[in-house]
Amino acid sequence: MEVLNVKNIQEIYQAENGEISALKNISFTAQKGELISIVGPSGCGKSTLLSILAGLLKPTGGEVYVKGEKVNGVSPHIGYMMQKDSLLDWRNIYKNVMFGLEVRGMMQPEYRERAEKLLKTYGLYEFKDKYPSQLSGGMRQRVALIRTLAINPDILLLDEAFSALDYQTRLTVTDDVYRILKQEQVTTIMVTHDIPESISMGDKVLIFSQRPAEIKEVLEIDFEDPDRTPISCRNNPKFSRYFDHIWRELSANE
Amino acid sequence: MNKQSVRNTEKFPPEISKEREVYLQKKQRRKMWIRISQWGILLLFLAQWEITARLGWIDSFILSQPSRIGNTFLNMAQNDLLMHLGVTVYETLVGFLLGVVFGTLLAIILWWSDFISKVSEPYLVVLNSLPKIALGPVIIVIAGAGTQAIIFMALAISLVVTVLEMLNGFRRTDPEYIRMAMSFGANKRQIFTKVVFPYNIATLFNSLKINIGLSLVGVIAGEFLVSKAGLGYLIVYGGQVFQLDLVMTSVIILAVVAALMYEAVVLLQKLVMKWYGH
Repeated sequence: MEVLNVKNIQEIYQAENGEISALKNISFTAQKGELISIVGPSGCGKSTLLSILAGLLKPTGGEVYVKGEKVNGVSPHIGYMMQKDSLLDWRNIYKNVMFGLEVRGMMQPEYRERAEKLLKTYGLYEFKDKYPSQLSGGMRQRVALIRTLAINPDILLLDEAFSALDYQTRLTVTDDVYRILKQEQVTTIMVTHDIPESISMGDKVLIFSQRPAEIKEVLEIDFEDPDRTPISCRNNPKFSRYFDHIWRELSANE
Repeated sequence: MNKQSVRNTEKFPPEISKEREVYLQKKQRRKMWIRISQWGILLLFLAQWEITARLGWIDSFILSQPSRIGNTFLNMAQNDLLMHLGVTVYETLVGFLLGVVFGTLLAIILWWSDFISKVSEPYLVVLNSLPKIALGPVIIVIAGAGTQAIIFMALAISLVVTVLEMLNGFRRTDPEYIRMAMSFGANKRQIFTKVVFPYNIATLFNSLKINIGLSLVGVIAGEFLVSKAGLGYLIVYGGQVFQLDLVMTSVIILAVVAALMYEAVVLLQKLVMKWYGH
């Protein structure tokens, strides 16, 4: 089932000293439960695209459809997660997780129970009365993910969501997150500058060109392994082939 | 957190090392010496004041002396000290509360509307640098020579500072937090009440601490100009009739009152922060 349809997105910034064209003719679709990673040279407009998908920025041209419905502004179908976990340090974990529900006026028991279930499933329920400062970076990021999933989005946007974590934590957290996303069947669009991460998590990798960004290539990732996890992928012989391919594509830009 | 501290205290008595004992002792001793020095300076100062006055080296008629201040205090305490104290504290608290409430409200408006904020910027800068005491005569004419004028003065002094302090805090709210809230579809009111305001609880208390002092400045200045009661009135009156004992005593009482009010704000901050889970 097609969940996301991005059609001809174009973005031109108006700055004091002229116009900057950031995105040009970006079109792609995502199926339910699919994980699409986006890589590209830094500053190419990957994050701008996510801001547009999240409804925080209006594109100069083009449309975004979620389940056939046109998106206008922030959509309840889309969850957005950034590099910083942005957990509010005056709220305990439970209240942080409820933040999105609170803002959306979704405090009915059935939604809260769902959020509590997510906390329980992913081993954070016992920390619900703790404050963010008492948790490790990896745990905080998982709390932020559950906060986003609590609103039950059809599509999750990850904007360099793991790049603030140290390498070790990053590997375990991405493994956890991958498991959560696949289990909850969430369609995910992930922006990263880490090529191994884009391969190990993605079903597809979109390679962006230099600014103004266009989709240079759509790379299907298939490890022929139904039980793949981000860590197991890294040992797959195809992994380095994908890596080399993306690496060459990206360096061809410079 | 809790579990750990319990474990620590259980572990503590038997396992304390010699180095740690020395370290703790050193720390304790340092703390004690600071206390002793603080009290020592005060006692030494009072003692030399009293002695030099008794020996006639300084003129106790002009500079007063501790024993005379003590007597004056006892005398005042039996008469209308509480009334004067009450008047000053009342005026200060009213001015303070008005300053905080209106200052915060204005800061909210300026945060809300970037246009209004840009328009009012030069006015705020001028008003902030203007010594508000210069407005005294105007305030008296407008508000009348009484308590209102004094409260008005306290408000005038603390208001602009509060506005600027709070506005600055609101604007410095981590933009990532605001972006996060926006990504959940939060409207401006929700962003303010759920993110910006709680983020600035510490700013609010900083501004309260500054304000309680400024408000007292305004009240004393106001009482110097108009008034029939209050500590400021006592100081001016004492000066006019050359009762320097009264002036000194009032100033000392004022210092104590100011410190107590400040401490009250600090205490309130501790309570609120605890409740807020910081």
